[in-house]
Amino acid sequence: MALDAIPVLGYTDFLEHNTALMAHKDWHCINYFGQPVNGLIRLICCMANDNARTIHVNVALVNQSDQLPSFTRRHFSFHIFEREIHESLGIHYTDHPWLKPVRYPWYRADLNQKIENYPFYHIESEELHEVGVGPIHAGVIEPGHFRFICNGEQILHLEIHLGFQHRGIEKLMIEKKDLLSRTILAESIAGDTVVGHTTAFVNLWESLSGFTPSPDLVQARTLALEWERIAIHSGDLSAIATDIAYQLGSSVFGRLRTPIINAFQTWGGNRLAKGLIRPFRSRFPFDDTLAENFSNVLNAYWPDYTEMFDRMIDLPSVLSRLEKTGVVTREQNLQIGAVGMAARSANLERDVRKSHPYLGYHNINHTPVLMPQGDVYARTQIRDSEIRQSIGYARTLMQEMPKPSPQNTTINPPAPNTLIVSLVEGWRGEICHAAIIGDDGDLALYKIKDPSMHNWTALALAVRNNEISDFPICNKSYNLSYCGFDL
Amino acid sequence: MIPELKILFHQGKQYIPDVTTVEVPGIFSGRPVISTLPVDITALCAVCPTHAINADPAVSIDLGKCLFCGECADRFPEKIRFTKDYKLGSNSREKLIVHEGIDQPVGFDPAKIRGEITRLYAGSLKLRQVSAGGDNSCEWELGAAGNVNFDMGRFGIEFVASPRHADGIVITGPISQNMAEPLQICYDATPSPKIIILAGVDAISGGIFDNSPALDRTFLSKYPIDLYIPGNPIHPLSFINGVLGLLRAGKKK
Repeated sequence: MALDAIPVLGYTDFLEHNTALMAHKDWHCINYFGQPVNGLIRLICCMANDNARTIHVNVALVNQSDQLPSFTRRHFSFHIFEREIHESLGIHYTDHPWLKPVRYPWYRADLNQKIENYPFYHIESEELHEVGVGPIHAGVIEPGHFRFICNGEQILHLEIHLGFQHRGIEKLMIEKKDLLSRTILAESIAGDTVVGHTTAFVNLWESLSGFTPSPDLVQARTLALEWERIAIHSGDLSAIATDIAYQLGSSVFGRLRTPIINAFQTWGGNRLAKGLIRPFRSRFPFDDTLAENFSNVLNAYWPDYTEMFDRMIDLPSVLSRLEKTGVVTREQNLQIGAVGMAARSANLERDVRKSHPYLGYHNINHTPVLMPQGDVYARTQIRDSEIRQSIGYARTLMQEMPKPSPQNTTINPPAPNTLIVSLVEGWRGEICHAAIIGDDGDLALYKIKDPSMHNWTALALAVRNNEISDFPICNKSYNLSYCGFDL
Repeated sequence: MIPELKILFHQGKQYIPDVTTVEVPGIFSGRPVISTLPVDITALCAVCPTHAINADPAVSIDLGKCLFCGECADRFPEKIRFTKDYKLGSNSREKLIVHEGIDQPVGFDPAKIRGEITRLYAGSLKLRQVSAGGDNSCEWELGAAGNVNFDMGRFGIEFVASPRHADGIVITGPISQNMAEPLQICYDATPSPKIIILAGVDAISGGIFDNSPALDRTFLSKYPIDLYIPGNPIHPLSFINGVLGLLRAGKKK
């Protein structure tokens, strides 16, 4: 939309209006960020209504030196956005309850803030002790620091300190002028969500350029999204089995992921689908040979997968580790603004495929999988149900793949002074990319939101009052992104 | 117990019998081959987002910078072709440069391999992985190298939980400023002699993040690098063959 068409409110109205929307569960904040303009800061709040399938955007102009009341005091789900605005633009909030650093970006407003001096929360007590883990973890995973405050074996509080992976992607998106570099940056936001983030970028850029992809391209991208979900969910089940020391599940789910990601390699030459999604074109059209190959992969996967999952979920020793572990209630998920699988595991329907359909989801009558319990068990079951659902979608998408047709050649330069928001349901949940095109017709601002931005808080809540030995299984049940958060 | 046995039986043999010769499925983008055909050199070099293609004097591709995005081969298919050769690792930075008209494996420089690597680690190599701004793709593939399919444990190569137990470190990612100090601490905590492996394009050259102000790559200028493994991300077979190459090439000295 054109920037001058966005309603500009005074900060008080801006705050009242956006926080009041949160009173209804249909509304949630998909992105909220700031942009320096002519010595002022333009705050842009994007709110989605899941039921009406709309996105509302409004703007307030403030001075950097203003002392502002926070949204977070009214509704906690805004906390991460306001922390980011405070950190990168130096806006001061008078009543933000948790104004902690987010990711220590190189362009932070206060360069005296050092990552080695993160202000951890402390409780003075002789009965409590603290456990620090990271940033480098015992496994082959990304870095982040977890600080537990424990009473004996029981976790009272977990603080998650991230930022170690910060590479400056949002700024690089603007500095790199060629489209290929920007696409590759989008691929590198989170290497486990290559299709999700690249699709969010490509949808955004094509929409800016007035380009409508051909039906076969739309269908192939939708298939890639569902295929990525099958691959990562399979791997996550392996990780969950590993952390409860169920060796058979760990090995079998781990090896079941292999043919799925190898199929990506058969399609586009890369197991994690890097190079597959490109704006305005398809490098690798999904032809009949590929369809047959993918179908054979699923035929072989299905009996081995179902046999393994049905057995695992039938074992009392497995269930006793999963059930009632790491519970986050629906109310808590609403409060923190959880999205994706994390929200759906507690009966909170947040699924962009249904609420704001894009690509082929206009034609799929998608029903999100919901589980009531909000525990590790629910997050395990959701993966199983979604694998089965995605296999169904993948089969239909392959069977009904339209014949390749020439791409629309209308590619207009982006209109100056435009704001655009792109939503994609990655396997973790809602991915939101937002861009502002400046006076010169080029990118002036690029903001990326991985679902992990919301959901890391869910992990911190999940482990409360659990034994510290259940932390790994709680962590794996979310499998959140470090680099997607740190950017 | 019976269902477990049935599952085991149904799984059959999943491991790759010979990871040094197996062919990868599909159209894997591995080592490129450059023909001697004359093309518009300026246009060719301009295609590459990381300036991995050089044309002075003849056309070459630096695999340490290559994102394997395939754009050059898409635009100049008669000039550049990506083969399925996944043996991309080398102990020599110069050997990562693929030259025009030469179609041969990347290979090692045995003279440069430190004697203690061959002597101490040929039968058992324990590694500590450090992700320093990695995007979790190389980390995934390193994890996959240990799964039942690739099973690098059969060669005594393993990732361990603590640098104290490690013979070396494997770095992924372009090395963010925010990870520079933890990386240094981890390296210092690893007992000597120790090796350094750079896995993936981001670690080797910074990749698409090269010159980002968020990086701090000074660590790499302080120590010799024992092994470079290109890829975006690295393929598990590239990693296993790279490490095996390092451990075995020295024996031929």
